[in-house]
Amino acid sequence: MANATIVQMENIRKSFPGVQALKGVHLTVKAGEVHGLVGENGAGKSTLIKILMGAYTKDSGTITIDGKQVEIHNPFHAKSLGMGAVYQDVMLARHLSVGENFFLGKLPRGPLGLVDWKKIREITRKTLDELDLHIDPRTLVRNLPSAKQEMVAIAKAVYEESKLIVFDEPTALLTNEEVSDLFGLIAKLKAKGVGIIYISHRLEEIFAICDRVTVLKDGEWVDTLEVAEADEGTLINKMVGRSIGEMYSIRHFTRGDKVLEVRGLTKEPRFRDVDLELFQGEILGFFGLVGSGRTDIMRCIFGADPFDRGEVIVKGRRMHISSPGKGIAAGIGFLPENRKEAGLALSLPVDMNINLASYDAISRLGFVNLGKEAARARKYIAELNIRTPSARQKVKNLSGGNQQKVVVSKWLCRNSDIFIFDEPTVGVDVGAKIEIYKLIEALLAAGNAVIFVSSYLPEVMGMADRMMVVYEGRVTGSLVRGGYDEEKILRLASGITDTNNGGTT
Amino acid sequence: MTAKGPNTGIPRESGSFLARGVRFFRTGFSEGTLILILAALFVVLSLTSPTFLTLNNLSNLVRQVAIIGVVAIGMTLVIISAGIDLSVGSVVGFSNILVAILMVNGVPIIPSIILALIASTALGVLNGVLIHDGRVPAFIATMGIMTAVRGLLMLISNARMIAGLPKPFLNFAQISILWLPSLFFVWLVMIVIAVLITKWMRFGRNVFSIGSNPEASRLSGINIRFTVYGVYAFSAFCSAVAGILLTSRLANGIPTSGEGYELDAIAAAVVGGASLMGGEGTILGTVLGAMIIATLRNGGNLLGINPFILQIAIGTLIVAAVLIDQLNKRDKA
Repeated sequence: MANATIVQMENIRKSFPGVQALKGVHLTVKAGEVHGLVGENGAGKSTLIKILMGAYTKDSGTITIDGKQVEIHNPFHAKSLGMGAVYQDVMLARHLSVGENFFLGKLPRGPLGLVDWKKIREITRKTLDELDLHIDPRTLVRNLPSAKQEMVAIAKAVYEESKLIVFDEPTALLTNEEVSDLFGLIAKLKAKGVGIIYISHRLEEIFAICDRVTVLKDGEWVDTLEVAEADEGTLINKMVGRSIGEMYSIRHFTRGDKVLEVRGLTKEPRFRDVDLELFQGEILGFFGLVGSGRTDIMRCIFGADPFDRGEVIVKGRRMHISSPGKGIAAGIGFLPENRKEAGLALSLPVDMNINLASYDAISRLGFVNLGKEAARARKYIAELNIRTPSARQKVKNLSGGNQQKVVVSKWLCRNSDIFIFDEPTVGVDVGAKIEIYKLIEALLAAGNAVIFVSSYLPEVMGMADRMMVVYEGRVTGSLVRGGYDEEKILRLASGITDTNNGGTT
Repeated sequence: MTAKGPNTGIPRESGSFLARGVRFFRTGFSEGTLILILAALFVVLSLTSPTFLTLNNLSNLVRQVAIIGVVAIGMTLVIISAGIDLSVGSVVGFSNILVAILMVNGVPIIPSIILALIASTALGVLNGVLIHDGRVPAFIATMGIMTAVRGLLMLISNARMIAGLPKPFLNFAQISILWLPSLFFVWLVMIVIAVLITKWMRFGRNVFSIGSNPEASRLSGINIRFTVYGVYAFSAFCSAVAGILLTSRLANGIPTSGEGYELDAIAAAVVGGASLMGGEGTILGTVLGAMIIATLRNGGNLLGINPFILQIAIGTLIVAAVLIDQLNKRDKA
């Protein structure tokens, strides 16, 4: 039976400075349909959704809702058109009750102008009952477990009579049992004729609940398929199909001595029994999806977070790495995922950021040797070609690629020889990405060792000499350059074993 | 940036217009601007008041500003570290009462001073422990200490004035060297120490970096605990010095001394360009900020301006300094 089309997005384009995020994307959602949206990080999924939700405005293309072409101006407008969304980090006022959250900003008033609590309770309870959610409307949201909070957010979207609800990675924080509750709820919404866009990295979920699925890659629309006619192999193929470009062509070097060894590293519940070896001159790729624990593992190796058990051996010596200072002393430099939040002091000048981890080395009796401070800053600005009007320029005024160079300089300046890059190319444009790859090449040429953490597979495949894949805090596979197989890696990263897929070997 | 973005609710024109109107203050209240303002104040007051530009009045002005100026120096470091220290006024009072009690009870001058300095600095470390280890917001921790220490000094002084201090100690605040009051030289020494810290010392670099980004600082191996302790200890030390100077100037231990100093110190730092968001601020700026506020008060008194109107003017100045800074930042963003 042909259900009515709720939303039709045609030829949507959107560019940000330096990036063409969407290059003509199509998406059609029908009433009572669960429509999967898949693609790797950076494929443009969230940009597309933000356009639909009014957070961004499109550059061109058309959006049709219920047969009428519309321009969505802002989030309120999107809401009034019946667009609703449930995000990973649930958007509720945690200190208010469930009922108050339902009526946020529009609390009903009684005859005396006072809040009509009875009405709030009744309407909220009615909506919750319809969805078989047994939650007291008077409960404070913060007292609910995160799965229930998510259910409340969904119920709120239902109450607001959303015609279409977007689920953005809704299962990221849920247990298996909670996931099946969520799927039950989605089935009920479907029966009510609500259209659903379902975004997930977990392909098995797409197959479990979606009717159709749209694949995006690098901001382009690849295909829209009936889920019944697709299998995981074709889907993965479509997600990664493109041959890896020239972008990642760096020189590779023969590996030298073992510089880092990790044995049985465990931090419950994030990850367990992680073993890892790293050799001089090599780049070890570390691939895992969001929430796989890849960042947690690296932070523990560096000393940024404590771990339960395990050994970290640097250059043959067992280290007691209990703080970043210890990791730094062992020669490890850590370039965190959020460089703005954890890598740089943005309001301070370039020279101070370059020397940030080295002041102990250039100080005597607590006094900084200003000559050395300036000389080191000059040296790395020149060596890494950091484009800044002066060493006194505040780092926040630099471009993303140049900021990343400042973080690298900080560790070069400290004589680090083991570099952990955590998602170094997130949020930088293509030109800066290539510069970062060249920078890594230069580090390797100088005899350093690099761990390259990324959730963008083509990048890891293009760069790494060896690759380790993590899924839910476990290392599920280890591959050597030349033997990379995209499908196999994605299966390892999604926890799908070859056996139950009956795939090729 | 494209011209047509989503409507953010802030009319673009008025924002950039306001900012354009204050382009003169390009980098907020930079030192250059502050010097200009101070010079303008001096010129206007010299022309309008016959007594302003007299040696007597100027040394009086310096005496007034020196004590609060010392407190403001410590406050500046705290603010650069993205903290706040509301306990400074009470620590001034504590140091004032303690040094007075010690001397009245026969402890020689120098040991009395040293003991008062040590005890007060310990209060600063206590602030640091509460803030770093207890994770109590600085505003609350130092407010608690402010209240408790005021209570403590009321208790040990029985809320009574302590008189009968040794003559040589009392003379200190009265003497002048090269027509400049001795208090000014103490302030100068504290300024030099603080400039050394902020410009030359590793500790100062760490204060700026934890103020700018504590997580990045931690991941760079900076000892956050030591830096936080150090900053609040230094602030308390400055307040202790101020308290001792105040004792000499007032010739007594006075239980209410130092009340309200925290706000004057914050005002001086903020007018001087320190950002409560941390990572920004200079000692010279704070010195100029303190001078401007003190000169406004002094000149206003001389001209017989209604003190309430003066208060309105100073309040406006404080808000204007930050407002202009914010507009500049918004314009650049």
